[in-house]
Amino acid sequence: MASTDQQKEQYPSQGSAAAADEDILLDVRNLKTYYPAHSGVLRRQQNWVQAVDDVSFTIRRGETFGLVGESGCGKSTLGRSVVRLEKPQSGQVLFDGEDVLAQSGRELKRLRRDLQVVFQDPQASLDPRMKVRDIIAEGLVVQGTAGRDERAHRVADLASVVGLREEHLDRYAHEFSGGQRQRIGIARALALRPKFVLADEPVSALDMSVQSQVLNLLNDLQEEFGLTYLFIAHDLAVVEYISDRVGVMYLGKLVEVASSEELYADPRMPYTQALLSAIPGNNATGRRERIVLSGEVPSPLNPPSGCRFRTRCWMAQSVCAAEVPVLREVAPHHWAACHFAEAS
Amino acid sequence: MTGVRAAASPGPSDALLQVKNLKTYFKTRSGVVKAVDGVSFEVAAGASVGIVGESGSGKSVTSLSIMRLIERPGFIAGGEIIFQGRDVVGLSERQFRAVRGRDLALVFQDPMSALNPVYPVGKQIAEALRAHQALTSTQAMERAVELLALVGISAPERRVHDYPHKLSGGMRQRVTIAMALANEPSLLILDEPTTALDVTIQAQILDLVRDLRHRVHTAVLLITHDIGVVAEMCEEVVVMYGGQVMERGHVDQVTRDPQHPYTIGLLTSTPTPEMKGHRLATIGGTVPNPLHMPPGCPFQPRCPQAMDICATPPGLRAVGDGRTVACWLYEDSAPPAVITT
Repeated sequence: MASTDQQKEQYPSQGSAAAADEDILLDVRNLKTYYPAHSGVLRRQQNWVQAVDDVSFTIRRGETFGLVGESGCGKSTLGRSVVRLEKPQSGQVLFDGEDVLAQSGRELKRLRRDLQVVFQDPQASLDPRMKVRDIIAEGLVVQGTAGRDERAHRVADLASVVGLREEHLDRYAHEFSGGQRQRIGIARALALRPKFVLADEPVSALDMSVQSQVLNLLNDLQEEFGLTYLFIAHDLAVVEYISDRVGVMYLGKLVEVASSEELYADPRMPYTQALLSAIPGNNATGRRERIVLSGEVPSPLNPPSGCRFRTRCWMAQSVCAAEVPVLREVAPHHWAACHFAEAS
Repeated sequence: MTGVRAAASPGPSDALLQVKNLKTYFKTRSGVVKAVDGVSFEVAAGASVGIVGESGSGKSVTSLSIMRLIERPGFIAGGEIIFQGRDVVGLSERQFRAVRGRDLALVFQDPMSALNPVYPVGKQIAEALRAHQALTSTQAMERAVELLALVGISAPERRVHDYPHKLSGGMRQRVTIAMALANEPSLLILDEPTTALDVTIQAQILDLVRDLRHRVHTAVLLITHDIGVVAEMCEEVVVMYGGQVMERGHVDQVTRDPQHPYTIGLLTSTPTPEMKGHRLATIGGTVPNPLHMPPGCPFQPRCPQAMDICATPPGLRAVGDGRTVACWLYEDSAPPAVITT
């Protein structure tokens, strides 16, 4: 194990030394997505917003990788970068061994079949002028992989898979409730039989009594089609429920990765501890002592040196300002970016 | 009968706020929406009560009705809102202005909707103070600094000069809480105060409210969709659905042993660590169209235990331990309608 330490620092979520590459569907390496920040009268570019800064992780075939963090931490940018909805500055996204970021033209179009997205707001992501039938079929038309009859057949299939009825197909998206609209969004994402689905806050806009229907559907579809999910949400209880492994982001950095059970039971990074302790209701049930963080998240334009969490961390020492903590394995299959991960 | 009444609900004397059979309707082109349809509950002095419900449950319309902030086409179609012994429904706008902002204060979900972007926050707090108290502008500014310090804003003597846009979301919500507390209200209504905030900032604000409750002894009515927030903040809970109260009682009892099928469905469909690897329970169907509410119990079309009689309004009935449930399943347990007098 010791000989592979170096490698593990680079690729934190490789399950074990024995885990063959075969098992890994998505391998993200040193991904950086920066946005230029303009200011002043001449709108000169002054700086970079480091939305995603040097993030590496892997997702295994068939697993659900949950990504949590507060607004502005870069979780959505990371998800969107992985499926090429954003253009990262540098790094690699290896999908089945092929670098998604290096592809263009026909190759990229082929890759896009396998990388689909379910968005948060089905209201905004479904074209109001299209019938449900055409929304679901759009990807098939663009990719030109199916003839007219096959398309119709496939759309009817998909509709029944996600729990829509035949007569729903000739209606418009606005005629449906939030939960049903999300079913339409899921059917569209599945039309091209993808291997990988980015689900970016898929249940956040839904009412509580409908949320569980969609979570069950996502689980059923994963089993039926062998899907791999990157599941992004700010709701920590939802992520705990649905994920096999969970990554925590803070100010553009991935700060902790572990199995869902392990992360929620024994968080090592102080930020993760504070985040999990803040889940409302946890205090009432006595699951965890509440840690109330002082202050606010610093600006991503000018993040603190060293550990980005140090300005709010109760364990911070001088080393935290001087050295950027690397994501390292602090317990079997448990990775944390903290100089004091063993102490906490 | 009187014995049941006394056990089931606090007597009228110690109730700060009594909402009795409140009906708030909205006239629309396609018909009348009964957003709140016969809601009754009480808040005792110094108590904390949470109203929990999904979108369309009528929880926010209830709080806006209490604050007399219902605008046309909405109107209060019936019922009483008795605050400090007076029915505020009958008060003129002018009479009510002396109550709103002084004894009764409201904090909204979006702090920017409560703050004026073109004035420094200190000036706005001072204005709220001077609307109800005889203070000089210097005194009011001094008090504004104290209030900002009270809600945990550092360097308050500098912050009073800041404009709202300079503050983060969490800080803005602290400012609106400071403004709401300016005149030491006896009831503070918080309408989804932390929904727009991140979870660690939410924890800060909830901590602040809990701490302030003890320090300034104000009663709290908290409106939220998150039953976890209610469990943490409140002693009592009112569960609403489709404009009606489904269940009321002590928070611990309701979350541990829910009685109404809707509350049961809601609690079992919420993801918990224990449910990992198992299918979540679901409530079938969707929230009914407010224009076409089913007769009787609004939950009846989605209820796994619906019966023929559910087309008749069940009415709230006491089921012991100060709990009330609006469901025909509990028909035998007690005589109906304890409070809907």
